[in-house]
Amino acid sequence: MNSLPIAGRELRSLFLSPLAWTILGVSQLILAYMFLTQLDYYLSLQAKLAGVAGSPGITDLIVAPLLGNAAVIFLLITPLITMRLITDERRNKTISLLLSAPISLTDIIFGKFLATFVFLLIMLFFIALMPLSLLTIGELDSGKFLAGLLGMILLLASFAALGLYMSSIASQPTVAAVASFGTLLLLWIIDWANSSTSSSHLFEYLSIARHFENLLQGLVKTSDVAYFILFITSFLILSIRRLDNDRLQQ
Amino acid sequence: MSTLIEVNHVSRLFGQHCAVNDISFSISRGEVLGFLGPNGAGKSTTMRMICGNLTPTSGEIKINGYDIVEHPTLAKAELGFLPEIPPLYPELTVDEYLRYCGKLHGLKKPHINKAIERGKSKCGLTGMGQRLIANLSKGFQQRIGIAQAILHNPSIIILDEPTVGLDPIQIMEIRQLIRELGKEHSVILSTHILPEVQQSCSRVQIIHHGKIVLSDHIENLEARMSSSSLIVNFQHTPNQDILKSIDGITQLTPLEKNRFQIQHQQASNPALKIAELAVANRWGLLELSPEKHNMEQIFLSLTQPDNSHE
Repeated sequence: MNSLPIAGRELRSLFLSPLAWTILGVSQLILAYMFLTQLDYYLSLQAKLAGVAGSPGITDLIVAPLLGNAAVIFLLITPLITMRLITDERRNKTISLLLSAPISLTDIIFGKFLATFVFLLIMLFFIALMPLSLLTIGELDSGKFLAGLLGMILLLASFAALGLYMSSIASQPTVAAVASFGTLLLLWIIDWANSSTSSSHLFEYLSIARHFENLLQGLVKTSDVAYFILFITSFLILSIRRLDNDRLQQ
Repeated sequence: MSTLIEVNHVSRLFGQHCAVNDISFSISRGEVLGFLGPNGAGKSTTMRMICGNLTPTSGEIKINGYDIVEHPTLAKAELGFLPEIPPLYPELTVDEYLRYCGKLHGLKKPHINKAIERGKSKCGLTGMGQRLIANLSKGFQQRIGIAQAILHNPSIIILDEPTVGLDPIQIMEIRQLIRELGKEHSVILSTHILPEVQQSCSRVQIIHHGKIVLSDHIENLEARMSSSSLIVNFQHTPNQDILKSIDGITQLTPLEKNRFQIQHQQASNPALKIAELAVANRWGLLELSPEKHNMEQIFLSLTQPDNSHE
């Protein structure tokens, strides 16, 4: 695997900068606060819910909202992590080191993607620890929880792939960050369009949030998983094409 | 001798601007090729094309028999490249950086440490392993760039202006290093510093406006440089008629006060005679030296006429 050294270096540089640590700290703090408020909310409802048959449990009232909130936070921070991936290599002229080494463009892009993905997974791991702590006082619906985690993993990989692509087309890191944030947000809210028109079905299909929500509810549909996998591969392939274009520049 | 690099009719356009125009050359094992040219002549573009960072608009480049466009990974395996700006990651230490470069070039774990040590000692970086690249001077960063290019022991080393930003002692060391490298590897050295080429290269190529205007072995070039003229300088005004009457002297051109350029026939050397006359007539001989065309003049004569009609 020629992409491993690239991923290793990228992760190392990420953790050598204060950015990674700040993001880890701040997001964990905010999500922990959200987790606690959600827990509070559940405790206030618990008495009422106890009497109702088939009422939502901890997983529905605490874990799903937490992961939903985490997704929005990831939407905000992933562009900050991906913005430097290719733009910095271009600006520091280190890209020529990669281009003259005996590795393919696919290795380069995949290495970069892998580094971002691993970093996001580390964040997800710390977030997942919070719902897991509930196991000490009660029981989780493990099916729903795992479906939610799968949704998060697919979502994070999609965010990373899109951010990587934006970094490969932009000339400055900030431009890449704004572009990836804008695109992700648009794809997130695109299904807000009036659902009575026929084109809204297309918008609904394009929306990341729709597909993610299904998984969050514990509904693992092939079409949703396929959407994410298509999303990831398309943006990775586009990034490779874009990098290849550098050599053909006019 | 086997041919390591073959460049066949390669051109590169940037929009309407033609950076490199139909150049062809080849390099054999153990050659040090000096690639000379004024700024913007197309040196770096050519280097970048050979290293696969740019695709040629037309023509083909073969490295070790592999086409750089069709089999890039195989072609690049034998390549070490130092671009104009050394490709360094300032947040890494020297050792970390070199280890990363070694891995990129597919060096295996057991060999990597040895390769790093060898690279560092060749480039005078011993003991700098733990230093952060960001804190090192430009000269040391340039050395790391060179260490990176020779780390994996490639058969072709391409150095794009390697001595920029170095102090005179370091420049001498780097030139020495290039000569050493030339014994085992093929080296392409791109530069606009002429003495560098004279000192370290076995072959010279001058590129101008994207075209190769001269390609010759350094010995032939040195022969071209020696010409049949002397420079003499006297303390007192000499009798020019006496000087002119010396056998073999064809022309006497006054340069400054009491300083002359003396053209003579290739076969005879009138230096001895001039010295004897100067002593006998008490002209006070201050300087008597054979004039050599240096590389600068050849370079200028090749590149100047083109400049004038632009």
